[in-house]
Amino acid sequence: MAGTSQKKLNLKLKVWRQKSNKDQGSFVEINAEGVSEDASFLEMLDQVNESLIKKGDDPIAFDHDCREGICGSCGFMINGNAHGPQKGTTVCQLHMRAFKDGDSIVLEPWRATAFPVIKDLMVNRSAFDRIISAGGFISVDTGNAPDANGLPVPKPDADEAFANATCIGCGACVASCKNASAMLFTSAKVSHLALLPQGQVEKTERVLRMVAQMDSEGFGSCTSTGACSAACPKEIKLTSIARMNRELLAATLNKKEAVEGDGV
Amino acid sequence: MAVASARSFLLTSIGKKYLMGLTGLIWAGFVFAHMAGNMLIFVGADAYNKYGHFLTSGYFIYVAEAVLVLSLLVHVGCAISLTIENRAARPTRYAVTPNGSKGVTLASMTMAFHGSIILVFIITHLITFKFGTYYETTVDGVVMRDLHRLMIEVFQNPTYVFWYVISLVLLGFHLSHGVGSIFQSLGLRNDRTAPTIQKASCLYGVVVAAGFLSQPIYVFFFAG
Ligand code: SF4
Ligand code: FES
Repeated sequence: MAGTSQKKLNLKLKVWRQKSNKDQGSFVEINAEGVSEDASFLEMLDQVNESLIKKGDDPIAFDHDCREGICGSCGFMINGNAHGPQKGTTVCQLHMRAFKDGDSIVLEPWRATAFPVIKDLMVNRSAFDRIISAGGFISVDTGNAPDANGLPVPKPDADEAFANATCIGCGACVASCKNASAMLFTSAKVSHLALLPQGQVEKTERVLRMVAQMDSEGFGSCTSTGACSAACPKEIKLTSIARMNRELLAATLNKKEAVEGDGV
Repeated sequence: MAVASARSFLLTSIGKKYLMGLTGLIWAGFVFAHMAGNMLIFVGADAYNKYGHFLTSGYFIYVAEAVLVLSLLVHVGCAISLTIENRAARPTRYAVTPNGSKGVTLASMTMAFHGSIILVFIITHLITFKFGTYYETTVDGVVMRDLHRLMIEVFQNPTYVFWYVISLVLLGFHLSHGVGSIFQSLGLRNDRTAPTIQKASCLYGVVVAAGFLSQPIYVFFFAG
């Protein structure tokens, strides 16, 4: 293939190995030899796993699915950086040309009380699912598809909503936050729906419920450090958190209690 | 209902951040005014004493003190509660600390540390000045406290000046991260205003620290 480099890398991996949530876990040194610069980071791990399996060892467990940066399955710490050294990149889209021959690379799972380790580099992120099911959706009637332009949305709002909708729920924000805060993730969903007309119906309930769920999952709070946004593969902005904060205040002030006879 | 929802709001992680922000705002305003008022040191002893006398006569001082003490208690209380929650949320550290664009800023990492030093400073500062030696003087026929004399005395002491310098540098650092975060926590930041807020926050920290520092340094080296 044109432009394919023939350079091969030999790397020293220091990988977090942990059999299960009950296990203590520790770093294990594993060599990765003859890695193509064109391989993605996960392909490099596939290669390492193949040789581990051949030797009769347990392969390194890590989450992955789409391998094209859209599903949010992959992610772990590479030398202390969530998703590795590049900005705006998921680990599946990171290429080995970002590393040099002879590099030692430390791989660690996301660390947060709310994200318990399942095995090796895999963590349980179902806390995120519970935050979304607390309110990160809109209710729509079934029936014919509505007219594309039936609901006008100002362009800047549509852009801003779209930028927030690109969050893939990978958890890098939690992993890189010193407080393991889920504010960037939660605020991305709150912002996405608060900016659109379709999101107005449940606007108040949504933010109240999602924040309550986020707190109860044991995530920390935001110290406006910005490490989350720097690590986010979708570059969700810190100002989304400011928006969520004002949405929460507005929701608290506007909240209406349902009374008997309201059909609730 | 209103009380219940206000209560549940203030108990969320975001609600506590609102409290931190509001009380921080009160203190950020206070330290600036305090620093500006103290600039009368450069005008002269009488001006300085008259200003102190003016502030402490009347009921204003009691209201101001009550607001400040209450704000400080809330600020420190929320800080402790949030720090405990945050440590619990992230008990394990990573083997490698990231550097570069994915790293964190030093000021935000160390807020609790300088916050604690500043708290100790506030207490020692009150003991030294507010509850310190009471000298008297007469300006324009009015008998008043000679705070200027006490201040000159205190700032002859190198240990005290050193402690003062350290604390105020940390205060500047605390403000440089804190003032910007107030806007973030209170939801008053957007993409347009964020860069300006960041710069203004740094400037605020530098101005307050530099203003305060000019005073003991001037007294130590030039007056006395
Ligand atoms: S906000 Fe960014 S880092 Fe956090 S889950 Fe969404 S995509 Fe991942
Ligand atoms: S595997 Fe889907 S985003 Fe990386």
